[in-house]
Amino acid sequence: MPHDGPDHPDDDVGEHRDHDAPLSEVELRVRTLESLLVDKGLVDPAALDAIIDTYETRVGPRNGARIVARAWVDPDFRRRLLADGTAAAAEHGYEGRQTEKLVVLENTPQVHNLVVCTLCSCYPWAVLGLPPTWYKSAPYRARAVIDPRGVLDELGVGVPDDREVRVWDSTAEIRYMVLPERPAGAEAMSEAELADLVTRDSMIGVAVVQAPAGAG
Amino acid sequence: MNGLHDVGGMQGFGPVVIEPDEPPFHHPWERRAFAITLAAGYLGEWNIDQSRAVRERLPPTEYLATSYYEVWLYGLERLLDARGLVLDEERAARRQDPTVPVARVDRAQALGARDVERVLGTARASRTDDDVEPRYRVGDRVLTRTINPVGHTRLPRYARGKRGLVTADHGVWVFPDSMGNGLGPDPQHVYSVRFEARELWGDGAGASDTVYVDLWDDHLVPA
Repeated sequence: MPHDGPDHPDDDVGEHRDHDAPLSEVELRVRTLESLLVDKGLVDPAALDAIIDTYETRVGPRNGARIVARAWVDPDFRRRLLADGTAAAAEHGYEGRQTEKLVVLENTPQVHNLVVCTLCSCYPWAVLGLPPTWYKSAPYRARAVIDPRGVLDELGVGVPDDREVRVWDSTAEIRYMVLPERPAGAEAMSEAELADLVTRDSMIGVAVVQAPAGAG
Repeated sequence: MNGLHDVGGMQGFGPVVIEPDEPPFHHPWERRAFAITLAAGYLGEWNIDQSRAVRERLPPTEYLATSYYEVWLYGLERLLDARGLVLDEERAARRQDPTVPVARVDRAQALGARDVERVLGTARASRTDDDVEPRYRVGDRVLTRTINPVGHTRLPRYARGKRGLVTADHGVWVFPDSMGNGLGPDPQHVYSVRFEARELWGDGAGASDTVYVDLWDDHLVPA
């Protein structure tokens, strides 16, 4: 996954990029706890690195984008995906932690779906990776259920009054992903090109998929 | 618990701000807090409901002022102390002197690097095979209970005492309102329950809009 932050994947406890700055309180707490867990034999440092690598480089929203593009070009797959999202995602090898049951919600001219977790940060990791900060933050968790149209308007997704907005609050272990509408003007694009159009936010329901200018 | 984690329907937080091209982690310590939380979870000393329950006990004023992975760190510190795996005194001692030795813990087996791909690729965690009869069918009208437990619940405040419609039966799952409070799995059916936005928020809400909430048998009574 693209990563343009200042950090390095091999940063480790005790290795920080700015060696002149004192460690912050939270850095000290993490370092203390990790060192105790390792010394007590409760965590394996190599396992920690493997966990981080999984979610920084292998499990992310490109997984979901490939599923969406397949559903746009393959009506049989689309049917399977909407009937049993867990099994259809597993056909692509996308299954695992935080995606015990996957339900895929189809956006149509009649219905716009929006996914939230008001109580914490539940999110379909196996197909979308780790949730972005805004999804986990109070403004979205608070407003998505009471003012979904306001949130969508601000984010540039105008939903006509006669289109139902369905908000899905992820209060159990069922995880939700939106199947966005295929953009007009992308008819000539290949499945791989379509997958490149699909954004993470469109699979949460806070964006629509746009065809590039001149496509089709 | 009516804490600040249960934030659905609150107002005044301002706009949703999406960071373009956001990386999975913003600081090296966030990676480590994330990874030790996941790895320690595989010790099998608690489940996800208990993890959520302990994070919710962060006092409301602190909850809002604390970053996401710092809340995770708080939860992990509390769970490890409660289970006797890493005591608060041990953390304090190591902060004072990083060379202070500690004894290995023999009762728990650390997740090995070779097992990471398998466990992260395994979804099974909270669904059960228990043969439990559903109390409701798709199409049933239900009323959510009015409850205010001091412990963990997955029935959000905004959806209590509201009338909805059962639209799907998701099968039998561990009940967090029991499991998260240390009272055992109490497996029961989970349903997708549809609420009209106006049932939840009044006439100001969109006439055609709906909110779907996943709820367990014990959250519901017939309506």
